[in-house]
Amino acid sequence: MNALLIALLVLPLLGAAVTLAPAGLFGPDAETQDRRALRFNAVVTGLVLALAVALTAVFDHVHPSRMQGTVNLPWIPALGVRFHLGVDGISLPLVVLTALLTFLCALYSTKRLPSGEGTPSARVFTGLFLLLEVGMLGTFLVLDLLLFFVAFEIVLIPMFFLIARWGSGARTASANRFILYTLLGSAVMLLGFLLIGLKAGTFDMTALAAAHGHGLSHSTQVLAALAIGLGLLVKAPAWPLHSWLPDAHTSAPTVGSVLLAGVLLKMGTYGLVRVLLPVVPQGAHTLAPYLGALAAVGIVYGSLACLALARPGRKGDLKRLIAFSSVGHMGFVLLGIASLTPVGVNGALFANIAHGLITGLLFFIVGALKDRYGTADLDTLAGATGAALYGRAPRLGALLAFAAVASLGLPGLAGFWGEVLAMFGAFDPAAGLSRRAFVTFMVLAGLGTLLTAAYLLTMVRRVCMGDPAQPAVAEPAELRPYEAVSWTPLAALTLAAGLWPALLLGLFDPAVKQLLAGG
Amino acid sequence: MISTLHPLGPSAVNPTSLLAVAHPGALIQSIDWVAIAPPLIAAVAALLVLLADLLLPESGKRLLGPLSIGGLALALLALLPLTGGAPRATFCLPGGLGSCSYVADHFALVFQLLALGGALIAALLSLHAVDEDRLPAGEYWFLLLSSAAGAALLPAARDLATLVIALEVVSLPSFALVAFKRDGRGGEAALKFFLSSVTATAVMLLGVSFVYAATGSLHLAAINEGLGHVPGRLGPLAEVGAALTLVGFAFKVAAVPFHFWVPDTYAGAPLPVAGYLSVVGKAAGFAGLALVTNLAFRPYGHTWGLLLAVVAAVTMTTGNVAALRQRSDSAQGAVRLLAWSSVAQAGYLLVPLAAAGYAGTAHPLGATAAYALIYGLVNLGAFGVAAVVARTSPANRLDDYRGLFARNRWAALALAFFLLCLAGLPPGVVGLFGKVVVFQAAVNAGLGWLAVLMAVNVVIALYYYLFWLAKLFVPGTEAATSRVPRPLAATLGLTAAAAVVLSAAPQLVLQVVSGSLF
Repeated sequence: MNALLIALLVLPLLGAAVTLAPAGLFGPDAETQDRRALRFNAVVTGLVLALAVALTAVFDHVHPSRMQGTVNLPWIPALGVRFHLGVDGISLPLVVLTALLTFLCALYSTKRLPSGEGTPSARVFTGLFLLLEVGMLGTFLVLDLLLFFVAFEIVLIPMFFLIARWGSGARTASANRFILYTLLGSAVMLLGFLLIGLKAGTFDMTALAAAHGHGLSHSTQVLAALAIGLGLLVKAPAWPLHSWLPDAHTSAPTVGSVLLAGVLLKMGTYGLVRVLLPVVPQGAHTLAPYLGALAAVGIVYGSLACLALARPGRKGDLKRLIAFSSVGHMGFVLLGIASLTPVGVNGALFANIAHGLITGLLFFIVGALKDRYGTADLDTLAGATGAALYGRAPRLGALLAFAAVASLGLPGLAGFWGEVLAMFGAFDPAAGLSRRAFVTFMVLAGLGTLLTAAYLLTMVRRVCMGDPAQPAVAEPAELRPYEAVSWTPLAALTLAAGLWPALLLGLFDPAVKQLLAGG
Repeated sequence: MISTLHPLGPSAVNPTSLLAVAHPGALIQSIDWVAIAPPLIAAVAALLVLLADLLLPESGKRLLGPLSIGGLALALLALLPLTGGAPRATFCLPGGLGSCSYVADHFALVFQLLALGGALIAALLSLHAVDEDRLPAGEYWFLLLSSAAGAALLPAARDLATLVIALEVVSLPSFALVAFKRDGRGGEAALKFFLSSVTATAVMLLGVSFVYAATGSLHLAAINEGLGHVPGRLGPLAEVGAALTLVGFAFKVAAVPFHFWVPDTYAGAPLPVAGYLSVVGKAAGFAGLALVTNLAFRPYGHTWGLLLAVVAAVTMTTGNVAALRQRSDSAQGAVRLLAWSSVAQAGYLLVPLAAAGYAGTAHPLGATAAYALIYGLVNLGAFGVAAVVARTSPANRLDDYRGLFARNRWAALALAFFLLCLAGLPPGVVGLFGKVVVFQAAVNAGLGWLAVLMAVNVVIALYYYLFWLAKLFVPGTEAATSRVPRPLAATLGLTAAAAVVLSAAPQLVLQVVSGSLF
């Protein structure tokens, strides 16, 4: 099992190294090289997914709170950094989600990679994409604070180039904004890690979690929690640190948006659960009300921004709309974490996965719409009555509607459980937290769900309904086979997680209880 | 040659008292030749090159380059026998380790490795430049080796006289090296460099004399002890002396406000020389600064700690902001950017020195040593790629790097890796951990504000490194590629491979942090 964990990281890394080989290895001419490089990408990510599934199969589901498949080797003894890997009930679903989304993106890009002036070869894309996967998987697998930081940073350069080279619109500015914002956050986060390492004498997450803040003074904990929280909240993103997100999403290519929303944002919330709650519990307790407040504001703010974008005449960009909806959805995740209760954190983790599946799907569909129409501008798309996707491309329209209602939290689909549990958590927060404040946050979050429903339904009405007879910007093609193949797993899992939430909650709950209790 | 520099102390001035020493044999110093081998070999190689230049026929002058490189490699090998065991000291006065003028401890070895290794890489980069630019080979190699010998001597020096001499041995040949570029700018650059440098030296000598007057010794350990009981009237003299001494070193490391010479000098000098100055010249300054602050001026720890912290903060901010303002179409933009970035990096390197003042021990210096080693390697690598680009685009503007990936894949990838290491962002893992140890030194010493300021600076720096990095990968026209000369390609391969290996196993360089240096 520990070989599996190492292979999960080494395989994509080797794949990325292979793309550095001379171009001749991939084929005689540029076109063949590109085609083979993209296939190679799909094969490697497919193998990684197979490894992740194998990991799920051999995972001891009876004891999900136990760290399994641990690898613990000295890496930099001078700093006390150890190459420490492991997986438990909290990280396993995220590992599988990452492997799945990367594979689907790789599959999708074999057929649909943005090309044209200013885009480098597909080999470069493959190299960056696989490096991105190393960083994403690494973040969820490592158990050493400094290693976590390294993995957290590895994703920046590939994602920067994905946006800056394969993106559209003001892509350079967006990419710069993305990387500078995130780096500023994570540099401060590093200081927090170093502070913990200095005071506790170790960077090992399991040892620190077992100590549960023992040996760290209250002021140290608050300072460290503040520094680490800042880095993670930029990534998550929490209001008011979210302003890099809409631009990055609007400019990024489809696969970039999917991974950004589906995986990169999760790295922030995962860090909160894995590092902040167990390692500096008192600091987390002190800051929890503020986190809850930011979460509540984020939920309402995200939905209001979406509502504004969805209204006619606002020149709202569909990708921007989904990006703002992410701010709202991640608000629920943060609210659940801020409640510091097992119920709330379970809900947060569930909402995390659900958001990855649903928003990944939404970005796929919206990206496809942008390809078909040449624009994602809602007003241009909808015309006077609506884009009438139901009439023109019924399957595509149905899928969009499905993803939208899943996103607004319809019971029976994945979006529902996480948000409900997060609100439950806020209704009865951990001992010592102000009940009154958290109930207020919960009410605000409830208001947010209503607003969410309002803008998503407005979007569905304007995109899917309408008069098919009215002249359109372009005649949208129906769902293509490769689209169906790469999107169906997401839709199926959204349904599965909604109908059988115990599948995930059974994994989360014991691990969460252990993290919150310490030991 | 060094033993003659010894201050024999006030008691030895009277010749009769000299003769009346109980054990006259104690005045005859036994010299540990193995300990002084690294600087000695470099110095001997310099003299050999000068002689060979006189004696060899014109056709044989090509051998001078390889001869110098061989000398530097030999000097590096001479470090090996010194690594194990206790520090070896030589040129000692009676009275223990504290009164030795040359000590080959870990600190000395690490900085000698940096000085000689950096000089070796710079020499490899020079091989084709000397041929192509028709530089006078004998003089060039002699000056480079002399300067390297000084840089190797400096970290082992343990008295102020030897330190000052060593620093001048590093600097004087550098002025001439800078002037080798014969396009007018070289002369101007050298003059600027020379004038500001001699001013700094004069100030430093004044400081040294004040310190000597107040404490009665030039040995660092003795000064440290003497500062504890300086007569009340001489107190201010000692303080002013210490401050003025630091100024000289601050000039060498190009700390703000002594940094104005850097961009013009780098841009005016031949590229390998600029690389050499940015690494070896700086390493010498840092070694001297670390030695005098930690070994001699320890009683003033809090004062110079605060001073260095402020200088570090101002230096990194100034360097980064200036680098940010570099325009992509200005001539020599790439070298100027590297020059300003080296000013900023000097700011990071000062952070652990400041921390050493606050912490009260020399332990944080390990971070400076490790970071300097990493910085030296990747910075010279970046200068190497700049040398490759300068062959086809002599103006060396940042715009000339557009689409380098399409023209010269490996050079572009190497530069990308070096820039990421300088920025401290994975995959340049070694650069990241270099910054981590510096951050750690600051946090451990309670310099939280400096750590936060440095974090902000790292982000600012990322912008211009990325700006450059992104240019490399702009899909460009496949211009005619000129073949990279073999020595240059080999150097780039060597530095890039070393950077990659260190990224996979940072322990190789970071072990410096955990051990004790002195």
